Amino acid sequence: MASEVHEATGPTAYIVHHLTDLKVGEGFWTFNLDTLFFSAVLGIVFITVFKKAADSATSDVPGGLQNFVEMIVEFVDTQVKDSFHGRSALIAPLALTIFCWVFLMNAMDLLPVDLLPGIASLFGIPYLRVVPTTDLNETFAMSISVFFLIIFYSIKVKGPIGFAKEMLLTPFGPWMIPFNLLLKLVEELAKPISLGLRLFGNMYAGELIFILIALLPWWVQPALSFPWAVFHILIITLQAFIFMVLTIVYLSLAHEDH
Amino acid sequence: MSIIATLFGQMITFGLLVWFTMKYVWPPLMQALEERKKKIADGLAAGEKGKQSLELADKKAKVYLKEAKDQAAEIVSLAQKRANDLAEEKREAAKQEGERIINQAKSEIDREIQQAKEELRQQVSALAISAAEQILRKEVDINIHKEIINNLGNQLGQA
Repeated sequence: MASEVHEATGPTAYIVHHLTDLKVGEGFWTFNLDTLFFSAVLGIVFITVFKKAADSATSDVPGGLQNFVEMIVEFVDTQVKDSFHGRSALIAPLALTIFCWVFLMNAMDLLPVDLLPGIASLFGIPYLRVVPTTDLNETFAMSISVFFLIIFYSIKVKGPIGFAKEMLLTPFGPWMIPFNLLLKLVEELAKPISLGLRLFGNMYAGELIFILIALLPWWVQPALSFPWAVFHILIITLQAFIFMVLTIVYLSLAHEDH
Repeated sequence: MSIIATLFGQMITFGLLVWFTMKYVWPPLMQALEERKKKIADGLAAGEKGKQSLELADKKAKVYLKEAKDQAAEIVSLAQKRANDLAEEKREAAKQEGERIINQAKSEIDREIQQAKEELRQQVSALAISAAEQILRKEVDINIHKEIINNLGNQLGQA
């Protein structure tokens, strides 16, 4: 797909070019270098800023950075305490990481669509997608990790037998075991799939609209891209928030005994 | 657009980020927040305590002030009483002194009256004797009637 697009020109080629990852490898063992690179960079930005704030954290009057970080931390902590009633050292940091990381990756969306790919092409890099959350691999990496955590905590809290019972005997009792299992499997699998697809879909669509706007004449672009970008500030925050809250909710469900 | 090995890379990145946050970012921040919360609570409590102790001190001060006022009033009334007593004493002493002086003067006067009476009597008796002498010159022998005259003189003296 990539090679034939490279030759073509016109709007379709422009769009497809923007939606093509920088890849190495073949078949399954392909790595999207741009996704890996930007997500790692943004992750490092996140932990650097927060580590700095954590290192200088005092109970005295907080400075600007500390105030900002504490605001986010308290916000996340409130969300966790509202939804999650167990005690876990993992949930709150997990939620904080998801919120900040997803927000930063989404925020890459607000950069002009041609800025980083244009600069990269000067260095001979043919393809570059700068928003990691428009890559299914990224969103599913997070949602599947969350899914594993759900399974892990379900088994840990309810015990293997309790978990098996829940999978087999609810909601219709012992006479409907196959049907129960099917229903439960769908229910559990729907969680990571919806979680991953929701974020991916929102960000992919948003990015696509930015690309479409970029195809219009230059004097129309600001009138459309500005309101869309402003609206997108809401979307990227909201999507990061939704991903975080659903993670908390799913994990709190996993902690609850029926 | 397909699920490929990138997924594993991203999962590893995600895992590392969560681990790092859990280990190095979350605890110190939460600790600082808890500490600050405690500090603020302590500060508020201390403020409340200070306010209470201030109120207490205020009440105490009022009590002390009232006591002091009462004591001062008592002292003043005591002093007044003492002053009255002193004035009374002085007046009494002055009265006694005056009476004493008056009595002295009276006895002096009495004494002088007595003296004057005595003198007067002697003079009268001398006058009477001389008058009697002149009347009785010829018939009375002084030597014979000496006793009578003396008696007369004495009687006069007693009158």
